[in-house]
Amino acid sequence: MLLITCPWCGPRAHIEFTYGGDATVDRPADPDAVSADEWLDHVYLRDNPRGPHNEWWQHSSGCRSWIKVRRDTWTHRVHGSGPPGAELGEDEHR
Amino acid sequence: MRYSIFSLARNALSHHKGWPLAWRSPQPKREYDVVIVGGGGHGLAAAYYLAKLHGITDVAVVEKGWLGGGNTGRNTTIIRSNYLLEPNAHFYEHSLKLWEGLTQDLNYNVMFSQRGVVNLTHNDAQIDAARRRGNAMRLNGIDAEWLSVDEVQAMVPLLNCSPNARFPITGALVQRRGGTARHDAVAWGYARAADACGADIIQNCEVTGIRVDAGRVAGIETNRGFIGAKKIGLAVAGNSSRLAAMAGIRLPIESHVLQAMVTEPLKPVLDTVVTSGAAHVYISQTDKGELLMGGDLDFYNSYAQRGNLPTLEHVIQGAISLFPFLSRLRLMRTWGGVMDMTMDGSPIIGKLPVGGLYFDGGWCYGGFKATPGAGWCHAWTIANDEPHPLNAAFRLDRFHRGELLDEKGAGASPQAH
Repeated sequence: MLLITCPWCGPRAHIEFTYGGDATVDRPADPDAVSADEWLDHVYLRDNPRGPHNEWWQHSSGCRSWIKVRRDTWTHRVHGSGPPGAELGEDEHR
Repeated sequence: MRYSIFSLARNALSHHKGWPLAWRSPQPKREYDVVIVGGGGHGLAAAYYLAKLHGITDVAVVEKGWLGGGNTGRNTTIIRSNYLLEPNAHFYEHSLKLWEGLTQDLNYNVMFSQRGVVNLTHNDAQIDAARRRGNAMRLNGIDAEWLSVDEVQAMVPLLNCSPNARFPITGALVQRRGGTARHDAVAWGYARAADACGADIIQNCEVTGIRVDAGRVAGIETNRGFIGAKKIGLAVAGNSSRLAAMAGIRLPIESHVLQAMVTEPLKPVLDTVVTSGAAHVYISQTDKGELLMGGDLDFYNSYAQRGNLPTLEHVIQGAISLFPFLSRLRLMRTWGGVMDMTMDGSPIIGKLPVGGLYFDGGWCYGGFKATPGAGWCHAWTIANDEPHPLNAAFRLDRFHRGELLDEKGAGASPQAH
């Protein structure tokens, strides 16, 4: 079981959460101004690092807030968490 | 040495002490025409078909661990070709036909058992979807059969077909030519056959970099030094993103962990493969008697070859809802494998945007059954520098063109496929 700290509810088991994927992917600010390649990049391509990874989780069985979590994809260790705007560090590759 | 009843008898007389090694363990040469990265079933099959069908024998297969120690040895060994979409149907059916002759072709018993694959339905919508898929399969020349509840019960006597079940079974789509095979034997059989054709199999050789000169591959950096290569094929599902990144390529893939488990061994109780999308479980009985189960992903990015207990509990709950007697069994082993989950749920076999670099990956849950077909198509693509019609729809640039192969219609959400 992963222990994820919700910034509003405190440490909770990960089964209370729904995974939302890579939190480094930003939707283009002006969808009309981006090229097909930029859409490809946004919709489909991922860094998929082995190591620390910033990701979205929703506390769907709790306060229902979306939070940002920094978790290692190799060891499953949770390094930190915070509200969606939190700066938790860059993705790292191993 | 060719394996046969005579070689078995001859070696029995010498107390089985005279068997030669099934493949060599040579030192890597300075350069090869083709280097395949990944010594699982897929990579070894590619090496074998390169030699057998395309006459390319100056080939090395490099493997960071041991043969078949990755996903080849971690799957639930199910083989089927029951797909709705045409490119998937034709590709997996080609693979299934290769399975049907594989033991003879490799002179190695892969214990392919066509015990059938039963997809249960639990409501009207699933009946519609299953019958539509069955009709599509038959139009594509693939066997499919619809079974009523009574027919399912007759085929699988221990299945809980009670109308009082929480999710009562309403019928099943069956592919009788589907089944299982012994996964280790697939890796070993292909390794032995590729080695006999001249391919060098190099274990404990981890790739640390891909050298690219002027837009074309030059070779691989490994923990055993640089190995030159005119062409490189990647068959490293689970770690595809990491290998592709060494050549500066980003892929539409996330790595996720998928768990499987076996119970303690029983006498024969289940002679087919039973799957239920609604109960999130697939189950079969191994030749050793264990009941082998798998189900959902753990649903978060992971390179760890292990998962968490809540997912196992969920899978077991589904299995017990179908087979109540399972509740009295003990679980013997659980393990995890790392899946390349693509953005449309279909694999990628084709060229990468670096000259001489080829790719076989993105297998999601379904790589084992694809082993012969994927190696076959990967070898063709490497030899001809273009995809075969069977894997033309699996090219990487389908994401750029918007020509996705989304069998489930789940969208660009890798864990949903």
